[in-house]
Amino acid sequence: MGAVVDTLRLTAEDAKGLLERGEVSGAELREAYRGAIAERDGELHCFLRTVDDAGGGGVPIALKDVISTKGVETTAGSKILSGYVPVFDSTVAARVKAAGLPLLGKTNTDEFAMGSSTENSAFGPTRNPWDPERVPGGSGGGSSAAVTAGMTPWALGSDTGGSIKQPSALCGNVGLRPTYGTVSRYGIVAFASSLDQVGPIAKTVRDAALLYSIIAGRDPCDSTTAELPEAVRLPEGDSLEGVRIGVPKELNEAEGIEPGVAEAVGRALALAEELGADVAECSLPRSVRYGMPCYYLIAPAEASSNLARYDGVRYGPRTDGASYQEMVDRTRDDGFGDEPKRRIMLGTYALSAGYYDAFYGQAQRVRTLIIREHREAFERFDVLACPTSPTVAFRIGERAADPLAMYASDLLTIPSCLAGLPGLSIPCGLSEGLPVGLQLIGPQFGENMLFRAGHVLETALAFDTVPVRWRS
Amino acid sequence: MPISREEVLHVARLARLALSEDEVERLTSDLGKILDAVGIVSELELEDVAPTAHPLDLVNVWDEDVPRESLLLADVFANAPAAEANQFRVPAWEQ
Repeated sequence: MGAVVDTLRLTAEDAKGLLERGEVSGAELREAYRGAIAERDGELHCFLRTVDDAGGGGVPIALKDVISTKGVETTAGSKILSGYVPVFDSTVAARVKAAGLPLLGKTNTDEFAMGSSTENSAFGPTRNPWDPERVPGGSGGGSSAAVTAGMTPWALGSDTGGSIKQPSALCGNVGLRPTYGTVSRYGIVAFASSLDQVGPIAKTVRDAALLYSIIAGRDPCDSTTAELPEAVRLPEGDSLEGVRIGVPKELNEAEGIEPGVAEAVGRALALAEELGADVAECSLPRSVRYGMPCYYLIAPAEASSNLARYDGVRYGPRTDGASYQEMVDRTRDDGFGDEPKRRIMLGTYALSAGYYDAFYGQAQRVRTLIIREHREAFERFDVLACPTSPTVAFRIGERAADPLAMYASDLLTIPSCLAGLPGLSIPCGLSEGLPVGLQLIGPQFGENMLFRAGHVLETALAFDTVPVRWRS
Repeated sequence: MPISREEVLHVARLARLALSEDEVERLTSDLGKILDAVGIVSELELEDVAPTAHPLDLVNVWDEDVPRESLLLADVFANAPAAEANQFRVPAWEQ
């Protein structure tokens, strides 16, 4: 008993092994992660709150604060939900609980998952474990930084346009945005319902696959979910023989991709070829130019509708007013931060009479084009590859004043999100001492192929997920 | 394609936001820039392309009509800023 646990290096799979062999107890394992939180979270601010009486003897987990947890405050990083204690569990929280995974705490997020840096949290930013002067990405920066900093072996995030994949790239870990409809959204604080997906963040592809197998599958409480056509397979092997990897030139040559990022991704693709993959260029001609505009019409439109529920009537703080109307309008102005307001305004405008067809309707048609382009690419390829983020982690404050610069952070993750496709980010090297993410995109329900390709590449790349400043 | 101050005020009314003067000014500028950037979707001729509302082809999702446990009334009102006699209490509607 009492084996020394190095939470910076321990994978969830290793932790599971230690528990199964009785080499550590569940309580000792939780204590090790609590110790890491006590040691490092003062600097990084990954957690909005930690949980003491967690229950469950399995491998502990952290959940992004958009995931409703019964009896544990859930704020979505917003003042308008401060003090909100859900009276029911989201389906994913219930599933990890049923699997025996004790909850360590709720992690920081951009308000309502709107952002790419976690700076939009009403409760202060999260910092990047590799360099605390830099952002961890967003919106799920809390979950991602917590995994890299050894504060939790794995975590759940949510991804609308890149909120799992991009923080994984910037923090140097593995993040999966699953196929739309494979993971229940019941009890997830809604941002854009046709895009939101919950997914795992972990140190290894096998851990991500294991956690995905726990949360995926149809849920009667979410009619947009589907049964998985095949069971999740934990990936094995060291060959990419027979795997056809397409390299969309628009996603690999987009303006703003840093040379160091392109080089690291290029090296990973050369390695894939050495491992037996067929690597060839392909094209998604309209997905990059029109992906971001399409996303920033559809997602805000859906958000403006979803966020209408925050009115100071049923939950959340209320600002008093002389009339019902004044109370609602003031509550919303006081409760929402700048970014949700911007998106509510943009979405309301795009849906309003006289503009609906030109903006929202047109964006929905663009979305069809983007889906078709991806479908055609997957007639020739099993996986598409490109950088996850055009840049490595940027400095805190660097993009905060310029919404369009912030939106560009998700340029490469957005197209496949619009198409409802799964995407896996794995770390593929360093640029300027900071992690670079390789994005692998699969066809609908193509998670097993992504796990296989990701696992083989990850093993060959042998990226050290421990930030340089903490290596001993 | 800039948005006018009047349009911002109109949209704020639709969105139920009591924006401050400062916010109106900032949003007029921000939204103008964003609308310029997203407006390029209008370059494409898409009359013949069907819109996508949802990326998964699901049709007629049925469930068995079986009663399930629902929330207790106490739970429903647990987070309410003001409640009375199993109702949410709000200020009067202004006619």
